[in-house]
Amino acid sequence: MKNLEDLKKQIKDGLSELDVVIGWTDSFDPLHATPHFMRSEADVDKLKVDALCVHNLATYLPSLKGKKVGIVVKGCDSRSVVELLQENLISREDVTIFGFGCSGVVDQVKIRRAVGEAGMVESCEVSGTEVKLTVAGKEHKLPMADVIADKCQTCRYPNAVLSDQFVGEEIKPTASFEDGYKDLEEFEAKSTEEKFTFWLGEMDRCIRCYACRNACPMCVCRDHCVAQSRDPHWLSQEAHVRDKWMFQVIHAYHLTGRCTECGECQRACPVDIPILLFKKKFNKEIKEVFNYEAGLDPEATPPLQTFKIDEPTIKEKEW
Amino acid sequence: MPVLEGKELRIVGFLCNWCSYGGADTAGVGRFTQPTDLRIIKVPCSGRIDPLFIVKTLMSGADGVLVSGCHPNDCHYAEGNFYARRRLEMLKRFIPMLGIDPERFDYTWVSASEGQRWQEVVTKFTEQIHKLGPARKIEGPDAEATLKLMEESL
Repeated sequence: MKNLEDLKKQIKDGLSELDVVIGWTDSFDPLHATPHFMRSEADVDKLKVDALCVHNLATYLPSLKGKKVGIVVKGCDSRSVVELLQENLISREDVTIFGFGCSGVVDQVKIRRAVGEAGMVESCEVSGTEVKLTVAGKEHKLPMADVIADKCQTCRYPNAVLSDQFVGEEIKPTASFEDGYKDLEEFEAKSTEEKFTFWLGEMDRCIRCYACRNACPMCVCRDHCVAQSRDPHWLSQEAHVRDKWMFQVIHAYHLTGRCTECGECQRACPVDIPILLFKKKFNKEIKEVFNYEAGLDPEATPPLQTFKIDEPTIKEKEW
Repeated sequence: MPVLEGKELRIVGFLCNWCSYGGADTAGVGRFTQPTDLRIIKVPCSGRIDPLFIVKTLMSGADGVLVSGCHPNDCHYAEGNFYARRRLEMLKRFIPMLGIDPERFDYTWVSASEGQRWQEVVTKFTEQIHKLGPARKIEGPDAEATLKLMEESL
């Protein structure tokens, strides 16, 4: 990131009034970043912002409610912050948002596929156009276009939609709403039978680790999640594909009109189940019926929490 | 019911206490002939219905699910069915995504006096489900499909 020093300075200036500032830093190997909780100037010096900073840090905000928190956000993360504000899960005066224009993050799965799991990553350099890696003594040069996350290819909000401090220049988005849903349309073109078989196979691989739920910034029930509650008893603890599948539908439906499509659920999935498709489907329908997108306006009311006496956009069945 | 063995499908109806359940009762009192596939679950209001009830029902082996509440503007609790309408419409649009025919789920409004309309709704919905036949069941992990998918992804 070009303006990293400016960002560090802004954070240091604000640090005295904040309990903690959340950002990213180096992780166990050069190919990964990890969330970073900054409490001192020395911590701020370790801040790192580049295409490896995939995590949506807004996930931590509800658990830090009541504390003064600063947060560094990409465009997509900022939408999650807005959605949390909208739902009163965090309060505006407690959160300081450090936004910037993001040019996209990498998809570790794509890198893994290109490089193979050959061993220890010795070095990694990320520039705007290329990811240069040394794995087990062998050098790999991967063009950014090949390893960028799918959501970034069709990003419409690269700049933080809400911020107290914005660093660097804004990035111009190029994609349209439709671009983001091409993969969904492709999937929907399959027959009913094919889709059923597809999910049966995919969901069977689920190991019920709930990483998708834990990574989701909008999944705020935490210890009270219906997936693990006995009363109501929505799901059994059996490793049956029906329960796994049902859990994913619960997750998706609970996000209707709330999901900001940060893609954390799918990124966190250790077995790469394309669960974002469910959420995208709901978002597409929400847009079509209610002309609404989550996480853009902290003052808006989510469409399922309100109604109109006459719904011109809902065509009911005639019997 | 051994006489109907194999002829009936399993259809679950979620009806609100105040209108549709009354409507179904009116149809019964009026001795209107109706198909017998539908099992009714009475709920306080269509707004009580979590759309996930419907998904759970379908995934647990029902061949069809029908939801019926008071007509908009006539809700006993003033606005329950307005919220329900939005939620159910979203679910209706989502269901094809799961590989379940959207025709297997419908929602409608029947008032307590509309015995005739209730008969019509049940008859048409049951016909619709019979046309689709029994739903595919989630018996267990589909090993064959999993293997095929794993091969494809390699």
